[in-house]
Amino acid sequence: MNINLTLIGQTISFALFVLFCMKFVWPALISIMEEREKKIADGLEAADRADKDLELAQKKATQQLREAKEEAAGIIEQANKRANQIVEEAKDQAVVEGDRLKAAAEAQIEQEVNRAKEDLRGKVAALALAGAEKVLGASIDENANSELVNQLAAEL
Amino acid sequence: MASEELTQTGYIQHHLQNMAYGKLPAGYERADGTVMEQAGWTLAHSTQEAADMGFWAVHLDTLGWSIALGVIFCWLFSKAAKGASTGVPSGLQSFVEMVVEFVDGVVKDTFHHSNKLVAPMALTIFVWVFMMNLMDLVPIDWLPLGAQMISGDPHLFFKVVPTTDPNATLGMAIGVFLLMIGFSIKNKGFGGFMKELALHPFNHPAMIPFNLFLELVGLIAKPISLGLRLFGNLYAGEMIFILIALLYSGGLVLGAFGAGLQWMWAVFHILVITLQAFVFMVLTTVYMAMAHDVDEHH
Repeated sequence: MNINLTLIGQTISFALFVLFCMKFVWPALISIMEEREKKIADGLEAADRADKDLELAQKKATQQLREAKEEAAGIIEQANKRANQIVEEAKDQAVVEGDRLKAAAEAQIEQEVNRAKEDLRGKVAALALAGAEKVLGASIDENANSELVNQLAAEL
Repeated sequence: MASEELTQTGYIQHHLQNMAYGKLPAGYERADGTVMEQAGWTLAHSTQEAADMGFWAVHLDTLGWSIALGVIFCWLFSKAAKGASTGVPSGLQSFVEMVVEFVDGVVKDTFHHSNKLVAPMALTIFVWVFMMNLMDLVPIDWLPLGAQMISGDPHLFFKVVPTTDPNATLGMAIGVFLLMIGFSIKNKGFGGFMKELALHPFNHPAMIPFNLFLELVGLIAKPISLGLRLFGNLYAGEMIFILIALLYSGGLVLGAFGAGLQWMWAVFHILVITLQAFVFMVLTTVYMAMAHDVDEHH
């Protein structure tokens, strides 16, 4: 219980231990702890960011899906429309073609009729001429009477 | 000396005497009756001899144990610091980091200035004082008996708890005190420090002597109370362990009672030793903060 030199010895050893701790223990540990703290904070932040990214990606994916669906629906609708249009066009074309065919047929028929009429007219003229010849018993000068016959034929 | 061993008072006194190594004058009559032929350094063989050695003596046990424990602290913590990684800490590293983080938190709460010394010092104080206090939980006769057996000297004084030696606690308090004065002068200037001593609490030239007296007493009281608080708590704790140990000589029933008491006191003492280490650390930090407070008027 006496105060003696131990006092000073203890002070010196205290100082030495504090110095050692200050040089070799404290800075190393604190820097490592701070580094870890930073690492953990970074990790948490990254996790947060990943969460946000995921949410964003999901939103984007849904949007893209919706867009794709809309697009598909649009395409289908367009295709339907086009098909209808094609059908309509085909119908119209068919009608036009039919009309054309009908008109052509009609024209041909008329032509035939006309030709038949001409034919008939010619033949009637010839027949009338022959009949008249026979009736008259004399030959008629074709050149002289042809105008008459033609007139007759035109009147038929 | 022999009579000291036999009586209860002797037992207590023996346990309270440090292993003093000091200088005895020529012609000094030793406890065993021999006379020193010439002045020389020797181990004290009795309390009286230790007292007669005066200031020029060292307590080998106090210094030995405190230095050994300090070396263990440095070795353990520097090992953890060297092997530390930023990954998941385990074992020693996580324990050491826990202590460091705790101390760091306490220091950051009380000390708001930038100083590279204060936090490591707080750590050193906390762990070192705790370890020295921890020696109090070792059954009081084990280590002294072991030392006596090894040295072959049955009268060897051997006190294993350095903090029950006022030299140890006051020595640390003096270290803290010197730092306190050093930082005060460094941060406030010598004039500022003197002004603080002379012009507080009454800022009037006529009051300077009174102020000086008050502030000086307050200043000196800091290290003394710091050291004596730790010493007193641990000394009282050890005293109770010694008194309980006396029960073992009182027969089976008293001995069993003593064993129970010792266990209870040891459990309670775990709180005391931790608390005292903590208090020493916090007060040191507070004193350091006061030495750094330039603007504060108190």
